[in-house]
Amino acid sequence: MCLAVPARITEIHGNKATVDMAGVVRETSVKMLPGAEVGDYVIIHAGYAIEKLDEEEAARTVEMFKMMDSLGAEESKN
Amino acid sequence: MKYVDEFRDSETAARLVERIRRHPPIPVNLMEVCGTHTVAIFRHGIRQLLPENVNLISGPGCPVCVTANRDIDWAIAAAKQPDTILTTFGDMLKVPGSHSSLQQARAEGGEVRVVYSTLDALQIARANPQKRVVFFGIGFETTAPTIACSILEAEETGLENYFVFSVNKVMPPPMKALVDSGEVRIDGFLCPGHVSAIIGSEPYQFLARDYGIPCVIAGFEPVDVLQSIDMLLAQRVEGRAEVEIQYKRVVRPEGNPAAMAPLYRVFQPADAEWRGLGMIPGSGLEVREEYARFDARRVTQIDPGPTREHRGCRCGDVLRGVMKPPECPLYGRACTPETPVGPCMVSSEGTCSTWFQFAGAE
Amino acid sequence: MRGDRILLAHGSGGKLSSELIQEIFFPAFGNPALARMDDSAVLPLPLGKGQGEGSRLAMSTDSHVVKPLFFGGGDIGRLAVCGTVNDLAMVGATPLYLAAGFILEEGLLLADLRRVVASMKEAAAEAGVSVVTGDTKVVEQGGADWLYVTTTGVGMVSDGVNVSGSNARAGDVVLLSGSIGDHGIAVLSRREGLEFGSPVTSDVAPLNHMVAAMLEAAPHLRALRDPTRGGLATTLNEFAAQSGVSIQIEEAQILVRPAVQAACEMLGYDPLYVANEGKLVAIAPEEEAEAALSAMRRTRYGEDARIIGRVLPSPTGRVLMKTRIGGTRIVQMLMGEMLPRIC
Repeated sequence: MCLAVPARITEIHGNKATVDMAGVVRETSVKMLPGAEVGDYVIIHAGYAIEKLDEEEAARTVEMFKMMDSLGAEESKN
Repeated sequence: MKYVDEFRDSETAARLVERIRRHPPIPVNLMEVCGTHTVAIFRHGIRQLLPENVNLISGPGCPVCVTANRDIDWAIAAAKQPDTILTTFGDMLKVPGSHSSLQQARAEGGEVRVVYSTLDALQIARANPQKRVVFFGIGFETTAPTIACSILEAEETGLENYFVFSVNKVMPPPMKALVDSGEVRIDGFLCPGHVSAIIGSEPYQFLARDYGIPCVIAGFEPVDVLQSIDMLLAQRVEGRAEVEIQYKRVVRPEGNPAAMAPLYRVFQPADAEWRGLGMIPGSGLEVREEYARFDARRVTQIDPGPTREHRGCRCGDVLRGVMKPPECPLYGRACTPETPVGPCMVSSEGTCSTWFQFAGAE
Repeated sequence: MRGDRILLAHGSGGKLSSELIQEIFFPAFGNPALARMDDSAVLPLPLGKGQGEGSRLAMSTDSHVVKPLFFGGGDIGRLAVCGTVNDLAMVGATPLYLAAGFILEEGLLLADLRRVVASMKEAAAEAGVSVVTGDTKVVEQGGADWLYVTTTGVGMVSDGVNVSGSNARAGDVVLLSGSIGDHGIAVLSRREGLEFGSPVTSDVAPLNHMVAAMLEAAPHLRALRDPTRGGLATTLNEFAAQSGVSIQIEEAQILVRPAVQAACEMLGYDPLYVANEGKLVAIAPEEEAEAALSAMRRTRYGEDARIIGRVLPSPTGRVLMKTRIGGTRIVQMLMGEMLPRIC
């Protein structure tokens, strides 16, 4: 089961990274995320970072929520 | 918590619920196929917020639950071998096989170690060169790449005593099997967020294209689930059938190629047995010939003996979405979290244990 | 004392035992009763002030086997004192005297024992109790996880004070003194090797002063309990069962520190079931709820106190929670042991 809390990369050393997950500090492998950089938010699973969280996309989604009206399902989805 | 709290916001959730309620009240069955979604839906009490016409069904999304007795028996037999250390994710420890469980095997002297990651299993192998260390490989495409990487690492570092017993499975095939069986009318799929982060959206296209079933790839926070339900209903109402991504902040349409590469370098599709669904072609992952020396199945001669299914256990029906836990005659009576009969009650993501934990024994 | 570790001879009752008592226990706990060195402590009872014919003796005991011995925010010593002090406070008693029994493993570092004892001294001073009698035994290596402590405490419950888990009634208000999950995670994370940016520390603390303030402000307080093993969920279920009522709480009112939440997700635990050692749950009649809440907030350890729910007549024995997003879920009693999840 999938840990849904995104972790922020604080250090990278080769194939491993130190991440901060809401205050918990862990080591994880970044072998499956070759473009990972310090400061990125990543999703961790079974000791590996499996995907990067797209912060711009997240911000867009949150913005969309703020502007979302509860009326009408014909509203544009992003 | 950043990128979590915003997706648990109660006002956003309330607005999404209102949107959901404004869709025409046609009865719809929406199925999720991910144990984490099962838990999220119960944990946040999402069912109570939905209108009567929306029926959420749990499918075979718990990799622990869908592991066949035969495979559990094999792992137990392996653990009992004197020269073997069986490493496993904690979830599998208490799951009953035909006669026993890994926890039981451990109590009887078998060497079973719980790990969080295959990286830990590799460490154990390095620390115990005189033993055969077998990793019990369960999980879908979120986990399988990590297991593939462990084999690649074993190869790179010349580790000779590390093996994988692969019962890994892949997700779209059981969705097809469920739809083909026609047992339950499925009007939409909530697709697993992290499996999709690996495989992308392409593997689900056939459901929309060939079966006309709306699919939405959903995140795990309550706002994600609610938005995904809204998107599925919108597709239905507008007569569309597409694969949409709700979990855009993590899932890209092409998935993660850097995870798919090692996955399919080490594994290839194979037929696999699913509890409740039987044999589904191409739904499993077996170790390729090239890596045969890491394949526990090929390297050992373990015979777990005849398989036995538990009488009265209806986990199979629950996994196919045909039966809700309270409809199982054993639920809350003979089968409870303290005295479980089948894996759906044992697994922390099992439909029955989740229902019991958050909705009670009735 | 020669050497730096506990030897079997320290438990034999002879010279080494005596040295241990004189050099480690006495300096920490020194009080007249203990100093007399009789087989039992003979203790004055504090009569007067509310101690009339209706006053009663309260007594509690707890064994402490926590591992590791030392963790963020505390250690087995602090836990041993606070645990028993709190058990007494939870029935509305003023804690007075503690007895401490030690089982020491051969090989335990004397420095560690001193540290534990110093911690006990500090906690006892804060709580205003004395350790008046004790016992020490030493077992062979492997016979104990370094150190086990059992504390037994006595206190006095004043006339008119009637606090019990069976007193809750429909209409009552449920209060919680602060964040949950800190102690369990502080200990578990130490064991599992989880690291934190800023460490999660145990909340272990004596709550008797908070209770005294609460009883003064809200004399008709119905029930008190500290949600230790089994967490908040178990305590609320106990109240619901004992009183034959339903308890409904709001997730949004329950404080969980982000690092505790994250650690719970990683280790596979629900904060509702994680042990706390410096928090209390109170049930107060509606008309005294605000007063009880203010009293809690004015004391040390109570600044994050909140009203978290209500007592309802039914469904009997059930604890329900309104989730952050407005849904409903049941809060079951802790069932079995929790294993770390992965996938």
